[in-house]
Amino acid sequence: MTAPMHDTSAAADTAAVDVAADVVKASVEGRSLRQIAWKRLKRDKLALAGGIIVLFLVLVAIFAPLIVGWLGHPPNEFHEDQIDPLFGTPKGDMGGMSSDFLFGVEPKNGRDVFSRVIYGARISLLVAFLAALVAVVLGTIFGIIAGYFGGWIDTVISRVMDMLLAFPQLLFIISLVSVLPNDLLGLTGSGVRILVLVSVIGFFGWPYVGRIVRGQTLSLREKEYIEAARSLGAGRRYILFKELLPNLVAPITVYTTLMIPTNILTEAALSFLGAGVKPPTASWGQMLSKAVSFYEDDPMFMIIPGAAIFITVMAFNLFGDGVRDALDPKGTR
Amino acid sequence: MMLLVVMLTTFAIFFVIPKWAGTDPALLFVGKQADPAAIEGIREKLGLGDPVLLQFWHFVEGIFVGRDYSSGPDVIHCSAPCFGYSFRTEQAVWPQLTEAMPVTLSLAAGACLLWLIGGISAGVVSALRRGTIWDRAAMTVALAGVSLPIYFTGLLSLAVFSYQLDWVNVDYQPLTSDPGKWLESLVLPWVTLAFLYAAMYARLTRATMLEIMGEDYIRTARAKGLKERVVISRHAMRSTWTPILTLLGLDLGALLGGAVLTESTYNLPGLGRLAVNAINEKDLPVILGVTLIAAMFIVVANLLVDLLYAVIDPRVRLG
Repeated sequence: MTAPMHDTSAAADTAAVDVAADVVKASVEGRSLRQIAWKRLKRDKLALAGGIIVLFLVLVAIFAPLIVGWLGHPPNEFHEDQIDPLFGTPKGDMGGMSSDFLFGVEPKNGRDVFSRVIYGARISLLVAFLAALVAVVLGTIFGIIAGYFGGWIDTVISRVMDMLLAFPQLLFIISLVSVLPNDLLGLTGSGVRILVLVSVIGFFGWPYVGRIVRGQTLSLREKEYIEAARSLGAGRRYILFKELLPNLVAPITVYTTLMIPTNILTEAALSFLGAGVKPPTASWGQMLSKAVSFYEDDPMFMIIPGAAIFITVMAFNLFGDGVRDALDPKGTR
Repeated sequence: MMLLVVMLTTFAIFFVIPKWAGTDPALLFVGKQADPAAIEGIREKLGLGDPVLLQFWHFVEGIFVGRDYSSGPDVIHCSAPCFGYSFRTEQAVWPQLTEAMPVTLSLAAGACLLWLIGGISAGVVSALRRGTIWDRAAMTVALAGVSLPIYFTGLLSLAVFSYQLDWVNVDYQPLTSDPGKWLESLVLPWVTLAFLYAAMYARLTRATMLEIMGEDYIRTARAKGLKERVVISRHAMRSTWTPILTLLGLDLGALLGGAVLTESTYNLPGLGRLAVNAINEKDLPVILGVTLIAAMFIVVANLLVDLLYAVIDPRVRLG
């Protein structure tokens, strides 16, 4: 900050000092959260590796049609010439893997497993991200309200959260999906199922976020800076959104990154039980549930989607753990 | 309270949503190609024409005092724990539940024992040997454990141990008829289910233990000249139990979710598989029955944990 020294005008001087103060403030603020966290994250090799895999998977999901067009066959195209007509299993070894079919072919109808895994990534990530978003939005809103207002509002919201946490969720979701009609709100086919999956997974996920946000809000509510804002006449909305919310970003971020792998597992479990997206749309859980009938003769068909789930969830967990360590103010690393 | 809410919600799912979507529960019963007279008869017999709340009342009444189904001249009496009759097999639901329950209980109890022993010991070892190869190995395995879906590890274990090596036969046998076969059929499901949970418990135990070993009272205990073994087992473990118990309460309640997947993978005739089949066939009375049992599981698990808290934590006893 040497620039103001050359200026002789007093007014310009104070203005420049103000600007400088702002710059200093901004940089301190920026470093206090993002930069420090980023620095720590960069040093955490495992988390970084997880993050890179996550990024790669997201890109794969986005560019699925391009990748499949380049390296695979359309996901719903039958290749019966690849199938042994007697046993219904792929002709080649290792589930029919070849340079033409990178991950082999599906038993019976010979669909390209590579293309189906790539397209499955889309469903998995889309549902997991959107459901996490639903959970975070609901959890943050109700958590802040419960923590800030307290009293009977807190009691009601907390009871509802306890109740939802104790619900037999998986059973509920499959029964709900089984009675819902095939078209809803103008959507048909897979669109309906995605919407349903996102809403139910998100809905059962919000109490986890809600509890954390409520706890944080309870402790932050009594802090001096909130009191200062209140005594300066700040409105309720200002305190909630401008004073409280920015301080909740760190725990919410951590929880979101750790919630996504759980959502991926839930989506896969639902698809495995037949409550996921409808065939012929490909999803990993559904591929595994098909593989149940072939695991003895064609283990590759089970290993590929299973490995896809495993790698994805593992990468998100590694990255999430890294983000948590990086944002933890008590962290020593 | 909890039970009532769960019951009402399940009821609502199967009565209110189909109505709003334009399908009829009576239709679910008789199938799509039934003549209107048959549908009307069913509606009469099961009281499906009554208001939803009245139907709900009859259902609750059936559980505690039994109820009668009348269709014209014949009256079918369904005695005390009456959960109605399956829409598909027309058999009473209660016997189906009592038949499936031991399977799920065996699965749950065995797996729970395994994961507590495995998870906690792995967690303690890696906390005490922090940074060593043991810690790294245990935590890597644990991370893999929380990232692997049960139905994948289940299928893998079936492919390797049951098919390739032919070590175990996974056809379920009740404990009372053949304990050896019972054990054999449940080994793989136990290990698979326990692996997932053991991983979570190992991570939790390690984190708690690390935090506790830095406390003042541990230093005091060491300064008193206590053996390290006593410091850990008597002082450190005591505090570690509390968060483990909290998690255990949640997990035992939610275990039926894990059981659904495990039972579907290994084809075990337990509550989970019963539920999945019932849901696929839209067999409402069976679904209601299983969901109710699941909710009961949760209530009992929470009660047990609350009682155990008092045993472990003297502060709870005084308060």
